[in-house]
Amino acid sequence: MDKATSCAHAVEMIPDGASLMIGGFLGVGTPHRIIDELVRQERRNLTVIANDTARPGIGIGKLIAAKLIKKLIVTHIGTNPETQRQMIAGEVEVELCPQGTLAERIRSGGFGLGGVLTPTGVGTLVAESKRTIEVDGKLFLLETPLTADFALLAAHRSDYRGNLEYSLTARNFNMVMAPAAKKVIVEPEHIVPVGAIPPDSVATPFACVHYIVERCANGQ
Amino acid sequence: MDSKNLIAKRVALEFQDGMLVNLGIGLPTLIPQYLPPSVTVFFQSENGIIGLGPAPGPGLVDASLTDAGGGFVGAIPGAASIDSCFSFGLIRGGHLDITVLGGLEVDQEGHLANWMVPGKMIPGMGGAMDLVTGARKVIVAMNHTAKGKSKIMKKCSLPLTSVRRVDLVVTELAVMAPTDKGLVLKEIAPGVTLEEVIAATEATLVIPDSVPTMPITLDE
Repeated sequence: MDKATSCAHAVEMIPDGASLMIGGFLGVGTPHRIIDELVRQERRNLTVIANDTARPGIGIGKLIAAKLIKKLIVTHIGTNPETQRQMIAGEVEVELCPQGTLAERIRSGGFGLGGVLTPTGVGTLVAESKRTIEVDGKLFLLETPLTADFALLAAHRSDYRGNLEYSLTARNFNMVMAPAAKKVIVEPEHIVPVGAIPPDSVATPFACVHYIVERCANGQ
Repeated sequence: MDSKNLIAKRVALEFQDGMLVNLGIGLPTLIPQYLPPSVTVFFQSENGIIGLGPAPGPGLVDASLTDAGGGFVGAIPGAASIDSCFSFGLIRGGHLDITVLGGLEVDQEGHLANWMVPGKMIPGMGGAMDLVTGARKVIVAMNHTAKGKSKIMKKCSLPLTSVRRVDLVVTELAVMAPTDKGLVLKEIAPGVTLEEVIAATEATLVIPDSVPTMPITLDE
Protein backbone atom coordinates (compact mmCIF):
# COMPACT_ATOMS: atom_id res chain seq x y z
CA MET A 1 0.00 0.00 0.00
CA ASP A 2 2.36 2.68 -1.23
CA LYS A 3 0.62 6.03 -1.13
CA ALA A 4 3.69 8.15 -1.78
CA THR A 5 3.80 9.70 -5.23
CA SER A 6 5.29 12.61 -7.13
CA CYS A 7 3.36 15.83 -7.48
CA ALA A 8 3.34 15.44 -11.27
CA HIS A 9 1.88 11.94 -11.09
CA ALA A 10 -0.74 12.97 -8.54
CA VAL A 11 -1.98 15.72 -10.83
CA GLU A 12 -1.94 13.42 -13.89
CA MET A 13 -4.76 11.50 -12.18
CA ILE A 14 -6.98 14.60 -12.17
CA PRO A 15 -8.94 14.94 -15.43
CA ASP A 16 -10.28 18.11 -17.01
CA GLY A 17 -13.70 18.91 -15.55
CA ALA A 18 -12.94 17.36 -12.16
CA SER A 19 -14.45 18.69 -8.94
CA LEU A 20 -11.83 19.59 -6.35
CA MET A 21 -12.02 20.46 -2.68
CA ILE A 22 -8.93 22.51 -1.85
CA GLY A 23 -7.88 23.19 1.73
CA GLY A 24 -6.69 26.57 2.95
CA PHE A 25 -7.72 29.99 4.18
CA LEU A 26 -6.27 32.84 2.14
CA GLY A 27 -3.52 30.47 1.03
CA VAL A 28 -2.60 29.28 4.54
CA GLY A 29 -2.96 25.50 4.68
CA THR A 30 -3.25 25.31 0.89
CA PRO A 31 -1.28 22.67 -1.09
CA HIS A 32 0.80 25.12 -3.11
CA ARG A 33 2.91 22.62 -5.05
CA ILE A 34 -0.16 20.72 -6.23
CA ILE A 35 -1.72 23.99 -7.40
CA ASP A 36 1.45 24.95 -9.28
CA GLU A 37 1.34 21.53 -10.96
CA LEU A 38 -2.35 21.93 -11.90
CA VAL A 39 -1.37 25.16 -13.63
CA ARG A 40 1.65 23.54 -15.32
CA GLN A 41 -0.47 20.65 -16.61
CA GLU A 42 -3.33 23.04 -17.49
CA ARG A 43 -6.23 21.10 -16.01
CA ARG A 44 -9.33 22.94 -17.23
CA ASN A 45 -13.05 23.36 -16.46
CA LEU A 46 -12.47 22.62 -12.81
CA THR A 47 -15.11 22.96 -10.12
CA VAL A 48 -13.40 24.21 -6.97
CA ILE A 49 -14.89 24.00 -3.49
CA ALA A 50 -12.83 26.06 -1.05
CA ASN A 51 -13.08 28.85 1.49
CA ASP A 52 -11.79 31.58 -0.81
CA THR A 53 -9.66 32.32 -3.87
CA ALA A 54 -6.82 33.88 -1.84
CA ARG A 55 -5.10 36.81 -3.51
CA PRO A 56 -3.84 37.23 -7.08
CA GLY A 57 -0.75 35.06 -7.56
CA ILE A 58 -1.27 33.08 -4.35
CA GLY A 59 -2.80 29.61 -3.91
CA ILE A 60 -6.14 29.22 -5.66
CA GLY A 61 -5.55 32.70 -7.06
CA LYS A 62 -3.16 31.02 -9.51
CA LEU A 63 -5.96 28.79 -10.84
CA ILE A 64 -8.12 31.90 -11.25
CA ALA A 65 -5.38 33.78 -13.09
CA ALA A 66 -4.83 30.81 -15.43
CA LYS A 67 -8.62 30.60 -16.06
CA LEU A 68 -8.77 26.92 -15.21
CA ILE A 69 -11.93 27.16 -13.09
CA LYS A 70 -15.47 26.81 -14.43
CA LYS A 71 -17.33 26.93 -11.14
CA LEU A 72 -16.50 28.03 -7.60
CA ILE A 73 -18.30 27.19 -4.38
CA VAL A 74 -16.69 29.57 -1.87
CA THR A 75 -17.48 31.88 1.04
CA HIS A 76 -15.52 34.98 0.13
CA ILE A 77 -13.86 36.41 -2.98
CA GLY A 78 -13.24 39.94 -1.71
CA THR A 79 -9.47 39.48 -1.52
CA ASN A 80 -9.13 38.59 -5.19
CA PRO A 81 -10.33 41.30 -7.60
CA GLU A 82 -9.69 39.00 -10.60
CA THR A 83 -12.24 36.49 -9.27
CA GLN A 84 -14.81 39.27 -8.97
CA ARG A 85 -13.98 40.45 -12.47
CA GLN A 86 -14.38 36.96 -13.96
CA MET A 87 -17.65 36.47 -12.06
CA ILE A 88 -19.15 39.76 -13.29
CA ALA A 89 -17.95 39.00 -16.84
CA GLY A 90 -19.64 35.60 -16.68
CA GLU A 91 -16.37 33.70 -17.14
CA VAL A 92 -16.67 31.81 -13.89
CA GLU A 93 -19.79 30.70 -12.04
CA VAL A 94 -19.64 31.57 -8.33
CA GLU A 95 -21.86 30.07 -5.64
CA LEU A 96 -21.36 32.00 -2.39
CA CYS A 97 -21.99 30.05 0.77
CA PRO A 98 -21.70 31.15 4.42
CA GLN A 99 -18.45 29.84 5.87
CA GLY A 100 -19.95 27.75 8.64
CA THR A 101 -22.47 26.35 6.19
CA LEU A 102 -19.74 25.41 3.72
CA ALA A 103 -17.90 23.52 6.45
CA GLU A 104 -21.07 21.66 7.47
CA ARG A 105 -22.09 20.85 3.88
CA ILE A 106 -18.67 19.29 3.38
CA ARG A 107 -18.90 17.48 6.70
CA SER A 108 -22.30 16.03 5.85
CA GLY A 109 -20.99 14.96 2.44
CA GLY A 110 -18.06 13.15 4.00
CA PHE A 111 -19.91 11.64 6.93
CA GLY A 112 -22.90 10.16 5.17
CA LEU A 113 -25.53 12.68 6.23
CA GLY A 114 -28.36 14.02 4.09
CA GLY A 115 -27.44 17.61 4.81
CA VAL A 116 -27.61 19.95 7.78
CA LEU A 117 -30.16 22.32 9.28
CA THR A 118 -28.61 25.70 10.05
CA PRO A 119 -30.13 28.97 11.26
CA THR A 120 -27.52 30.86 9.21
CA GLY A 121 -29.03 32.50 6.15
CA VAL A 122 -32.71 32.13 7.11
CA GLY A 123 -34.67 34.99 5.54
CA THR A 124 -31.71 36.21 3.42
CA LEU A 125 -30.68 35.79 -0.23
CA VAL A 126 -28.94 32.57 0.80
CA ALA A 127 -32.33 31.00 1.57
CA GLU A 128 -33.60 31.36 -2.01
CA SER A 129 -34.61 28.03 -3.53
CA LYS A 130 -33.82 26.19 -0.29
CA ARG A 131 -36.23 24.55 2.12
CA THR A 132 -36.84 26.36 5.42
CA ILE A 133 -37.74 23.86 8.12
CA GLU A 134 -39.17 24.56 11.57
CA VAL A 135 -37.80 22.52 14.47
CA ASP A 136 -39.15 23.18 17.97
CA GLY A 137 -40.32 26.62 16.92
CA LYS A 138 -37.01 27.72 15.36
CA LEU A 139 -36.38 28.17 11.65
CA PHE A 140 -33.50 26.44 9.86
CA LEU A 141 -32.32 26.14 6.27
CA LEU A 142 -31.76 22.71 4.80
CA GLU A 143 -28.26 22.81 3.34
CA THR A 144 -27.34 19.87 1.16
CA PRO A 145 -24.12 17.77 1.27
CA LEU A 146 -21.05 18.51 -0.83
CA THR A 147 -18.64 15.89 -2.15
CA ALA A 148 -15.88 16.05 -4.76
CA ASP A 149 -13.82 13.86 -7.07
CA PHE A 150 -10.61 14.91 -5.35
CA ALA A 151 -9.58 16.69 -2.17
CA LEU A 152 -6.24 18.50 -2.36
CA LEU A 153 -4.98 19.02 1.16
CA ALA A 154 -2.01 20.48 2.99
CA ALA A 155 -0.76 19.05 6.28
CA HIS A 156 2.14 19.68 8.62
CA ARG A 157 3.18 16.03 8.85
CA SER A 158 2.00 12.81 7.27
CA ASP A 159 3.26 9.33 7.97
CA TYR A 160 3.62 6.87 5.08
CA ARG A 161 0.14 5.49 5.73
CA GLY A 162 -1.38 8.97 5.47
CA ASN A 163 -2.11 9.84 9.08
CA LEU A 164 -2.14 13.63 9.13
CA GLU A 165 -1.16 16.22 11.67
CA TYR A 166 -1.85 19.91 11.09
CA SER A 167 -0.29 23.09 12.32
CA LEU A 168 -2.23 25.96 13.95
CA THR A 169 -4.49 27.86 11.54
CA ALA A 170 -3.25 25.83 8.56
CA ARG A 171 -5.71 23.14 9.66
CA ASN A 172 -8.88 25.07 8.67
CA PHE A 173 -10.88 23.19 5.99
CA ASN A 174 -8.32 20.42 5.40
CA MET A 175 -9.63 18.26 8.21
CA VAL A 176 -13.27 18.28 7.15
CA MET A 177 -12.50 17.88 3.43
CA ALA A 178 -10.55 14.65 3.84
CA PRO A 179 -13.59 12.37 4.22
CA ALA A 180 -15.63 14.19 1.56
CA ALA A 181 -13.76 13.33 -1.65
CA LYS A 182 -13.38 10.10 -3.62
CA LYS A 183 -9.60 10.50 -3.85
CA VAL A 184 -7.57 12.50 -1.38
CA ILE A 185 -4.14 13.86 -2.24
CA VAL A 186 -2.15 15.41 0.58
CA GLU A 187 0.90 17.63 0.37
CA PRO A 188 2.63 17.44 3.75
CA GLU A 189 5.55 19.60 4.83
CA HIS A 190 7.20 16.48 6.24
CA ILE A 191 6.71 12.75 5.68
CA VAL A 192 7.63 10.67 8.71
CA PRO A 193 7.76 6.94 9.52
CA VAL A 194 4.54 5.20 10.51
CA GLY A 195 4.18 5.52 14.28
CA ALA A 196 6.01 8.82 14.52
CA ILE A 197 2.75 10.74 14.89
CA PRO A 198 1.14 9.65 18.18
CA PRO A 199 -2.49 8.49 17.88
CA ASP A 200 -3.75 11.45 19.90
CA SER A 201 -2.08 13.85 17.47
CA VAL A 202 -3.57 12.34 14.32
CA ALA A 203 -6.25 14.78 13.20
CA THR A 204 -7.08 12.99 9.94
CA PRO A 205 -6.72 9.19 10.02
CA PHE A 206 -5.08 7.36 7.11
CA ALA A 207 -8.41 5.83 5.99
CA CYS A 208 -9.27 9.14 4.30
CA VAL A 209 -5.94 9.71 2.54
CA HIS A 210 -5.03 8.02 -0.75
CA TYR A 211 -1.92 9.77 -2.07
CA ILE A 212 0.96 11.52 -0.34
CA VAL A 213 2.96 13.95 -2.43
CA GLU A 214 6.68 13.55 -1.90
CA ARG A 215 9.32 16.17 -2.50
CA CYS A 216 11.35 15.16 -5.52
CA ALA A 217 14.87 16.16 -6.45
CA ASN A 218 13.58 18.32 -9.30
CA GLY A 219 11.44 20.29 -6.88
CA GLN A 220 8.11 18.91 -8.09
CA MET B 1 -8.37 60.86 17.73
CA ASP B 2 -9.92 59.87 14.38
CA SER B 3 -13.41 58.43 14.08
CA LYS B 4 -12.29 54.82 13.74
CA ASN B 5 -10.23 54.93 16.93
CA LEU B 6 -13.05 56.69 18.77
CA ILE B 7 -15.42 53.88 17.79
CA ALA B 8 -12.85 51.23 18.76
CA LYS B 9 -12.27 52.85 22.14
CA ARG B 10 -16.00 52.92 22.89
CA VAL B 11 -16.57 49.30 21.79
CA ALA B 12 -13.70 48.17 24.06
CA LEU B 13 -15.86 49.13 27.07
CA GLU B 14 -18.24 46.30 26.19
CA PHE B 15 -15.61 43.61 26.79
CA GLN B 16 -15.33 41.85 30.13
CA ASP B 17 -12.56 39.71 31.51
CA GLY B 18 -12.63 36.15 30.19
CA MET B 19 -14.94 36.74 27.25
CA LEU B 20 -14.55 34.98 23.90
CA VAL B 21 -14.74 37.60 21.16
CA ASN B 22 -14.53 37.59 17.35
CA LEU B 23 -13.39 40.78 15.62
CA GLY B 24 -14.13 41.45 11.98
CA ILE B 25 -11.37 42.71 9.71
CA GLY B 26 -10.72 46.47 9.44
CA LEU B 27 -11.95 48.83 12.16
CA PRO B 28 -12.68 46.14 14.80
CA THR B 29 -9.00 45.12 14.84
CA LEU B 30 -8.24 48.51 16.44
CA ILE B 31 -10.18 47.55 19.59
CA PRO B 32 -7.66 45.39 21.55
CA GLN B 33 -5.27 48.31 22.10
CA TYR B 34 -8.00 50.06 24.14
CA LEU B 35 -8.61 47.20 26.57
CA PRO B 36 -7.46 47.95 30.14
CA PRO B 37 -4.70 45.62 31.42
CA SER B 38 -7.17 44.10 33.90
CA VAL B 39 -9.28 42.68 31.06
CA THR B 40 -8.02 39.56 29.29
CA VAL B 41 -10.20 38.63 26.35
CA PHE B 42 -9.76 35.52 24.24
CA PHE B 43 -10.04 36.49 20.62
CA GLN B 44 -11.32 33.92 18.18
CA SER B 45 -10.29 34.06 14.58
CA GLU B 46 -12.69 32.02 12.48
CA ASN B 47 -9.90 30.51 10.39
CA GLY B 48 -9.15 28.35 13.38
CA ILE B 49 -7.75 29.75 16.61
CA ILE B 50 -9.02 30.99 19.94
CA GLY B 51 -6.51 32.99 21.94
CA LEU B 52 -5.12 35.19 19.20
CA GLY B 53 -2.19 37.35 20.29
CA PRO B 54 -0.28 40.31 18.89
CA ALA B 55 1.87 39.83 15.81
CA PRO B 56 5.31 38.48 16.67
CA GLY B 57 8.43 40.48 15.98
CA PRO B 58 10.51 40.25 12.80
CA GLY B 59 11.94 36.78 12.26
CA LEU B 60 9.52 35.12 14.67
CA VAL B 61 6.56 34.77 12.33
CA ASP B 62 4.95 31.34 12.03
CA ALA B 63 3.55 31.05 8.50
CA SER B 64 0.85 28.70 9.83
CA LEU B 65 -0.55 31.22 12.31
CA THR B 66 -2.65 33.94 10.73
CA ASP B 67 -5.86 35.82 11.44
CA ALA B 68 -8.96 35.82 9.26
CA GLY B 69 -7.51 38.66 7.21
CA GLY B 70 -4.45 36.56 6.38
CA GLY B 71 -2.10 38.63 8.57
CA PHE B 72 0.53 37.00 10.75
CA VAL B 73 -0.42 36.90 14.42
CA GLY B 74 0.66 35.31 17.67
CA ALA B 75 -1.15 33.18 20.21
CA ILE B 76 -1.39 33.76 23.96
CA PRO B 77 -0.83 31.01 26.57
CA GLY B 78 -4.00 28.94 26.72
CA ALA B 79 -4.73 29.32 23.01
CA ALA B 80 -6.25 26.44 21.06
CA SER B 81 -6.21 25.68 17.34
CA ILE B 82 -9.40 24.29 15.85
CA ASP B 83 -10.72 23.32 12.44
CA SER B 84 -13.35 25.23 10.46
CA CYS B 85 -16.24 23.02 11.66
CA PHE B 86 -15.39 23.56 15.31
CA SER B 87 -14.74 27.23 14.73
CA PHE B 88 -18.22 27.76 13.32
CA GLY B 89 -19.73 25.39 15.85
CA LEU B 90 -18.50 27.83 18.49
CA ILE B 91 -20.02 30.70 16.54
CA ARG B 92 -23.41 29.19 15.66
CA GLY B 93 -23.71 27.29 18.92
CA GLY B 94 -23.80 30.42 21.07
CA HIS B 95 -20.34 29.93 22.61
CA LEU B 96 -19.04 33.29 21.40
CA ASP B 97 -19.75 36.15 23.81
CA ILE B 98 -19.36 39.03 21.36
CA THR B 99 -18.77 39.59 17.68
CA VAL B 100 -17.85 43.04 16.37
CA LEU B 101 -18.36 43.65 12.67
CA GLY B 102 -18.29 46.53 10.25
CA GLY B 103 -21.41 47.39 8.28
CA LEU B 104 -22.64 48.95 5.07
CA GLU B 105 -26.11 49.66 6.49
CA VAL B 106 -28.05 49.09 9.71
CA ASP B 107 -31.76 49.79 9.98
CA GLN B 108 -34.04 50.79 12.84
CA GLU B 109 -35.22 47.18 13.18
CA GLY B 110 -31.62 46.24 13.94
CA HIS B 111 -30.92 44.46 10.66
CA LEU B 112 -27.36 44.57 9.34
CA ALA B 113 -26.27 44.52 5.68
CA ASN B 114 -22.55 44.06 5.16
CA TRP B 115 -21.74 41.49 2.49
CA MET B 116 -22.70 42.75 -0.96
CA VAL B 117 -23.74 45.68 -3.12
CA PRO B 118 -25.64 44.06 -6.02
CA GLY B 119 -24.01 44.69 -9.38
CA LYS B 120 -21.09 46.60 -7.86
CA MET B 121 -19.21 44.79 -5.14
CA ILE B 122 -19.78 41.18 -4.17
CA PRO B 123 -17.03 40.11 -1.78
CA GLY B 124 -19.19 37.41 -0.24
CA MET B 125 -20.33 36.81 3.30
CA GLY B 126 -17.36 34.82 4.57
CA GLY B 127 -18.16 34.16 8.22
CA ALA B 128 -20.39 37.21 8.74
CA MET B 129 -23.77 35.45 8.37
CA ASP B 130 -22.84 32.80 10.92
CA LEU B 131 -21.38 35.39 13.31
CA VAL B 132 -24.43 37.67 13.23
CA THR B 133 -26.80 34.72 13.52
CA GLY B 134 -25.01 32.89 16.32
CA ALA B 135 -22.98 35.17 18.59
CA ARG B 136 -24.54 36.02 21.96
CA LYS B 137 -24.02 39.74 21.39
CA VAL B 138 -23.58 41.41 18.00
CA ILE B 139 -21.96 44.85 17.91
CA VAL B 140 -21.80 46.82 14.68
CA ALA B 141 -18.87 49.25 14.59
CA MET B 142 -18.95 51.63 11.65
CA ASN B 143 -19.00 55.24 10.54
CA HIS B 144 -22.39 56.91 10.87
CA THR B 145 -22.43 58.16 7.29
CA ALA B 146 -20.77 57.37 3.97
CA LYS B 147 -20.29 60.07 1.33
CA GLY B 148 -22.72 62.28 3.25
CA LYS B 149 -25.43 59.60 3.29
CA SER B 150 -26.68 58.06 6.52
CA LYS B 151 -25.79 54.40 7.06
CA ILE B 152 -28.41 54.21 9.85
CA MET B 153 -31.52 53.64 7.73
CA LYS B 154 -35.24 53.19 8.20
CA LYS B 155 -34.90 49.97 6.23
CA CYS B 156 -31.77 48.42 4.73
CA SER B 157 -31.63 48.75 0.95
CA LEU B 158 -28.89 46.11 0.59
CA PRO B 159 -29.23 42.32 1.07
CA LEU B 160 -29.28 41.46 4.78
CA THR B 161 -26.56 39.52 6.54
CA SER B 162 -29.07 38.00 8.96
CA VAL B 163 -32.66 38.56 10.09
CA ARG B 164 -31.36 38.47 13.69
CA ARG B 165 -31.50 41.85 15.38
CA VAL B 166 -28.07 43.20 16.30
CA ASP B 167 -27.55 44.31 19.90
CA LEU B 168 -25.54 47.51 19.68
CA VAL B 169 -24.47 49.98 17.00
CA VAL B 170 -21.45 52.18 17.72
CA THR B 171 -20.52 55.05 15.41
CA GLU B 172 -18.32 58.14 15.74
CA LEU B 173 -21.45 60.08 16.67
CA ALA B 174 -23.52 57.80 18.86
CA VAL B 175 -24.27 54.47 20.51
CA MET B 176 -27.64 53.01 19.55
CA ALA B 177 -29.51 49.88 20.60
CA PRO B 178 -32.24 48.30 18.48
CA THR B 179 -35.13 47.24 20.77
CA ASP B 180 -38.78 46.19 20.53
CA LYS B 181 -39.64 49.89 20.90
CA GLY B 182 -37.32 51.00 18.10
CA LEU B 183 -33.74 52.22 17.72
CA VAL B 184 -32.87 53.76 21.08
CA LEU B 185 -30.21 56.47 21.29
CA LYS B 186 -28.04 55.38 24.24
CA GLU B 187 -25.04 57.72 24.12
CA ILE B 188 -23.67 60.66 22.14
CA ALA B 189 -19.97 61.09 21.34
CA PRO B 190 -18.03 63.82 23.19
CA GLY B 191 -18.45 67.22 21.50
CA VAL B 192 -21.38 66.10 19.34
CA THR B 193 -24.89 67.57 19.72
CA LEU B 194 -28.19 65.72 19.66
CA GLU B 195 -29.17 67.75 16.60
CA GLU B 196 -26.06 66.59 14.74
CA VAL B 197 -26.87 62.96 15.49
CA ILE B 198 -30.47 63.35 14.31
CA ALA B 199 -29.37 65.15 11.15
CA ALA B 200 -26.95 62.33 10.28
CA THR B 201 -29.51 59.58 10.93
CA GLU B 202 -32.14 58.47 8.41
CA ALA B 203 -33.73 56.08 10.89
CA THR B 204 -36.27 57.28 13.44
CA LEU B 205 -34.48 57.37 16.78
CA VAL B 206 -36.14 56.74 20.11
CA ILE B 207 -34.61 59.52 22.22
CA PRO B 208 -34.80 59.29 26.03
CA ASP B 209 -35.17 62.45 28.10
CA SER B 210 -31.53 62.36 29.00
CA VAL B 211 -28.82 60.92 26.74
CA PRO B 212 -25.38 60.54 28.34
CA THR B 213 -22.07 61.27 26.65
CA MET B 214 -19.91 58.26 25.72
CA PRO B 215 -17.73 57.55 28.81
CA ILE B 216 -14.44 57.93 26.92
CA THR B 217 -11.77 60.58 26.56
CA LEU B 218 -10.50 61.61 23.17
CA ASP B 219 -6.81 61.27 23.95
CA GLU B 220 -4.99 58.46 22.12
